[in-house]
Amino acid sequence: MSEANSPKVTLRQDGAHATLLLSGAWIGRSGDTPRPAEAMLPEHGTGADRATPASIGFDATRLGRWDSALIDFLWQLRRLAAGRGIGFDESGLPDASRRLLSLLDDSRPAPLPPRRGPGLLARLGGATTTALTGALNNTGELSSLLGGLTLRAGAASLGRARMRGIDLLDNLYDAGPSALLIITVVNVLVGAILAFVGVVQLRRLAADSFVANLVGLALVREMVPVMTAIIMAGRTGGAYAARIATMQGNEELDALAATGIPATDYIVLPAVLSLTAMMPVLYLYGCVVGIAGGFVVAIAMLDITPLAYIQQTRMSLPVGEFGFGLLKSFAFGLMIAVTSCRIGMKAGRSAADVGSAATSAVVVGIVGTIALDAVFAVVANAVGR
Amino acid sequence: MAADTILEVQGLELAYGTRVIQRDLGFSVRRGSIFAVMGGSGCGKSTVLRSLVGLLRPAAGRVLVGGEDYWAGDAAQREAIGRRFGVLFQNGALWSSLSVAENVALPLRMFTRLDNAAIDSLVRLKLALVGMEHAAALSPSELSGGMRKRAGLARALALDPEVLFFDEPSAGLDPVTSKRLDDLILQLRDGFGQTIVLVSHELPSLLAIADDGVFLDATTRTAIAHGSPKALRDDSINPQVQAFMRRERLEQEG
Ligand SMILES: Nc1ncnc2c1ncn2[C@@H]1O[C@H](COP(=O)(O)OP(=O)(O)O)[C@@H](O)[C@H]1O
Ligand SMILES: [Mg+2]
Repeated sequence: MSEANSPKVTLRQDGAHATLLLSGAWIGRSGDTPRPAEAMLPEHGTGADRATPASIGFDATRLGRWDSALIDFLWQLRRLAAGRGIGFDESGLPDASRRLLSLLDDSRPAPLPPRRGPGLLARLGGATTTALTGALNNTGELSSLLGGLTLRAGAASLGRARMRGIDLLDNLYDAGPSALLIITVVNVLVGAILAFVGVVQLRRLAADSFVANLVGLALVREMVPVMTAIIMAGRTGGAYAARIATMQGNEELDALAATGIPATDYIVLPAVLSLTAMMPVLYLYGCVVGIAGGFVVAIAMLDITPLAYIQQTRMSLPVGEFGFGLLKSFAFGLMIAVTSCRIGMKAGRSAADVGSAATSAVVVGIVGTIALDAVFAVVANAVGR
Repeated sequence: MAADTILEVQGLELAYGTRVIQRDLGFSVRRGSIFAVMGGSGCGKSTVLRSLVGLLRPAAGRVLVGGEDYWAGDAAQREAIGRRFGVLFQNGALWSSLSVAENVALPLRMFTRLDNAAIDSLVRLKLALVGMEHAAALSPSELSGGMRKRAGLARALALDPEVLFFDEPSAGLDPVTSKRLDDLILQLRDGFGQTIVLVSHELPSLLAIADDGVFLDATTRTAIAHGSPKALRDDSINPQVQAFMRRERLEQEG
């Protein structure tokens, strides 16, 4: 048999009847099977002296192994032939292929839905992974999931991982824009509360003008990173855990594993990347709206011009403070994403397990944030900031 | 191992933690046959299937795929063997964030170098073969139970596997839909010539399509009978097997 041969189709025309000689192995995976357009449907590639045949038939005596690629070819050809009024004689084909062809109908197939291709955000993801890999390697303590993730992220940045852009895009949206409203409300209120407390207390010491320092520093160093992380632990961390636990119960993770697609690539990596990438952005945004909230209260209660307040805020906040806050946000985001994905993957398979996975992801996220913040405070103190 | 054996199980012991589900299990599956794993609910049929498709490492024993020891190699080797498998899970297990067409396309995108046009063409063919062409753009949550299984079947066929594994293909379907699915499975098998390993506790579908099998028992935790469902029904003297088969016969006769 011509097993090793590449798949070929050649035309032999005999008066009004054309015969297609099929040969070689027709294996779809190999990607080398002819397309019907190249298959010389008798109208093409024939001289003017040769008329379009009334029918086409097949000679499959030299056909090797075949799979759905052959069926796909024949099905397309049959539709083309029907469209041009050419008879389609299946009698020369293997019985098995004729049985499969009988399952297919020739009405024009609807176009497949448009593919949601990897866009800008996927490339952005690739860039983020590189940064993430570096940061992860530096933290030193890597749980097994984190370790696997680091490898995957490394592979992703080299373009070898099989993460798809769309997952990251969905995840980024979950982690970012859709959280803006609640981030705004909470941080504005925290800023306003800090200003209020500051005004009342500092007035007694005749240190009113330091309200801007208090509000700015407290927000940028502590309140915004922690509040934002707590919100994201409740919102996104819980959602990640619930979503992954649902996939677990639905055997979707088993289906990934059985297909040979690691869940780390397909689910965990996009989730971790997007939350870790969004957290610092949300932090900076939270700082801006928090300071604005404090500003409104301070201006209303104090005898100070808006310009002077802004000036005072700027002087009290060296850029390094934001760097420290950004670092914390990044760490919180990473911690929340990794723990909630892990909790989701470890969840049981019942509906109740989805609820408890979400609950424990939120609890672990919040407690973890505060514990991690304490570590940061101690470290910051030790390095003298 | 006989030349026409594609899958062979020897002395298999399966456990979750310390809890043994099945032990000392042995059977072999002929290339091109439909092999049924039978037994009552909870006896470990799905567990056996999980160990055959790489989801549960056996506590002891061997699974040979075309003579290769499936669990002896590393994950990459298992993945390479598993590329020849297609699995249809109990409820389809479609990836919920993807459309039906994307579900079928994902394995092709991951494991072949085909261009988008070729992938689209194969996806359309697989969906048409299972009669789901019109549902290509739907998301899994918009499908009925029967449609979900057919979409899962199309996904299992995506890479033209040599062996197809089905977990309870007809569970939860009405008799008509279930019959239609059985017929479809048979037609596809006749066409592509795959080997099928099928888990089921529902006899009508088993009797209709399987030509060999093994009967698992929950109390003794091992196989208590071997043979096709028809042969077991007519010839088995094991009371457990008879009870199982007779119940179904009564049901079938009305
Ligand atoms: N992930 C798991 N962890 C622990 N025990 C399990 C798990 N899955 C199934 N079991 C137990 O294994 C036994 C066999 O289950 P299963 O293989 O699903 O049975 P069947 O498919 O025959 O109905 C049952 O008693 C079940 O409780
Ligand atoms: Mg089961």
